[in-house]
Amino acid sequence: MTVQSETPLQEFWRLFKHDSLAMTGLIVLILLIIAAIGGKVLTEWFVVFDPSTVRLVDKFLPPFSFASKDLLPAEDLPQFGIYLLGTDELGRDVFARMLQGSFVSLSIGFVAVGLSTFIGILFGSLAGFYGNVRIGGLITVDTLIMRFTDIMLCFPTFFLILTVVALLPPSIYNIMIVIGLTSWMGTTRFVRAEFLSLREQDFVIAAKALGLPARYIMFRHMLPNALAPVLISAIIGVATAILTESGLSFLGFGVQPPYATWGNILADGRNFIFDAPWLFYLPGIAILVVVLAFNLVGEGMREAMNPKLRKRS
Amino acid sequence: MWSYIFRNLLQRLVLLFIVSVIAHSIVLLAPGEPSEVDPSNPRMQPEDIAKIRAAFHLDDPIYLQYYHWMRDLMTGELKSFKDSQPVLPKIWDRFLNSLPLFICATLLVWTLAFPTGIQAAIRRGSAYDRGSTFIAYTLISVPGFFLSYILILWVVDWFGVPVIGMRTFGMEDASPLFQSMDKIWHLVVPSIMSAIAGIAILSRYVRSQMLEVISQDYVRTARAKGLDEDTVIYHHALRNALLPFITLFGFLLPGLIGGSVIFEYIFAWPGLGRLGYEAILSRDFPVILTINFIAAALTLAGTFLSDILYAVADPRIRLE
Repeated sequence: MTVQSETPLQEFWRLFKHDSLAMTGLIVLILLIIAAIGGKVLTEWFVVFDPSTVRLVDKFLPPFSFASKDLLPAEDLPQFGIYLLGTDELGRDVFARMLQGSFVSLSIGFVAVGLSTFIGILFGSLAGFYGNVRIGGLITVDTLIMRFTDIMLCFPTFFLILTVVALLPPSIYNIMIVIGLTSWMGTTRFVRAEFLSLREQDFVIAAKALGLPARYIMFRHMLPNALAPVLISAIIGVATAILTESGLSFLGFGVQPPYATWGNILADGRNFIFDAPWLFYLPGIAILVVVLAFNLVGEGMREAMNPKLRKRS
Repeated sequence: MWSYIFRNLLQRLVLLFIVSVIAHSIVLLAPGEPSEVDPSNPRMQPEDIAKIRAAFHLDDPIYLQYYHWMRDLMTGELKSFKDSQPVLPKIWDRFLNSLPLFICATLLVWTLAFPTGIQAAIRRGSAYDRGSTFIAYTLISVPGFFLSYILILWVVDWFGVPVIGMRTFGMEDASPLFQSMDKIWHLVVPSIMSAIAGIAILSRYVRSQMLEVISQDYVRTARAKGLDEDTVIYHHALRNALLPFITLFGFLLPGLIGGSVIFEYIFAWPGLGRLGYEAILSRDFPVILTINFIAAALTLAGTFLSDILYAVADPRIRLE
């Protein structure tokens, strides 16, 4: 009977479990995803919590206050007749808006990062794999792609996003796409570096000798080995995208109503920081907790996957 | 060495050209064309549209448009749509306003991030390390304007630090000494706020660089020689851990504009980021294009400088 050795995944999980900060982050993220899906279902498909009902008699109510049952028509009453997180300047239920916003904020993060990761992997693997191929005998694929990456890194990202978002017609999809198109450079560099070191390894040479098509070698054989840093930077990228969206909302170029995002609830809430502090602090702390959770999970994964640090522990 | 610099410079000139083309292509982003961006605005007169069309030569083919933009920029004839002032002096004025803020914030970032990060790396896994990790990530994760607002509420009540503008209104007649003290006083909160995220990010980076270096063989050798710990850390390890930061230095410059938009907006600081924001609000295309272009060009210059410094510091680079 042989001793069962750990698979890399088991080893990773064992190390990751030890990191209490990262585990807390992971739990927060799982709760968030449940909240986001629940929010989508409960605010849009089966309207249990209605984020858009305006009740002017009930504006600026603090959290845990009861709705005025006598003044409101029955169909406008919030669930259980109570505002869990209070109401805003139009008497909308902040809890319902936060639920709806969790899905929108998260989907902005995921779509933007999905796009940037896709571009990053594509460019990075092309630059790494076809590095020495010359186009028209003048310039190598690697030079072309990496110089373009350098150029994109030169532009001040937030200002560029702001410019483009402000000039295009306001739409949530534009924001996702613009954030995605301006944040693929890091991934490209990681993937290229990994591909450069993988290119000379035996299993890749073997795959080439077998005559496998290039895309098969790139995406089935090499890419899985290069995926760890990409995954980490994607997780941190979601956090950055959520922050970018809140920054855009703050300057007035974020997601437009009727969509609620945590960013624009926070940005609107700052006008009532003295009269209705929950409108400001709740979304702010929610963003802080979620972005922190993403960052801690990313950092925990990086530590758990780093072989240099692993040996010492 | 000189051939390395020369090649690098040549490459960057090509990049600069491409950067300017991309910066110019922002005009094309506007749906239709710049003159059609704001047609619902009742103040848009036919002569305004004519002005925009003339300024960008919209009737010409695209390469001529680019040529005209470049020529106007270089000869200083590019005028803002908003007040018909030349763009370059306008940007220069605002740049001078942003500069003290940028310098203060950068100094804060680089002087605070290094000790914090080095200590965290040396005492890896200790309470200090975990505490500073957590605080750093909290500061990275908090939306900058959220933290600023909380800080403003707090410092204004407790310390009476000014949080609006660059100088106190009505101080124009005071003696230069008081005026400069007033300016420095106004710098405090905005520069701390602009620095906070930078300190957090950079100290994490310092920590991971130090960890890389500390586990190297030559550090063990230095310890085996019997050198005391301070010499090992600060003389042998730190100097090698510093190398990548030369590269990072070049990327500081875009922060001068991009990172400052939100903070200059909050603190009503009449700097470059605010100029950019105002230009975006009023669809002032000449200013928007030029700021994007100048920011990218400055970054190119910054990375060029850091490449040279890197080659000076690390001879292996020159041989490539």
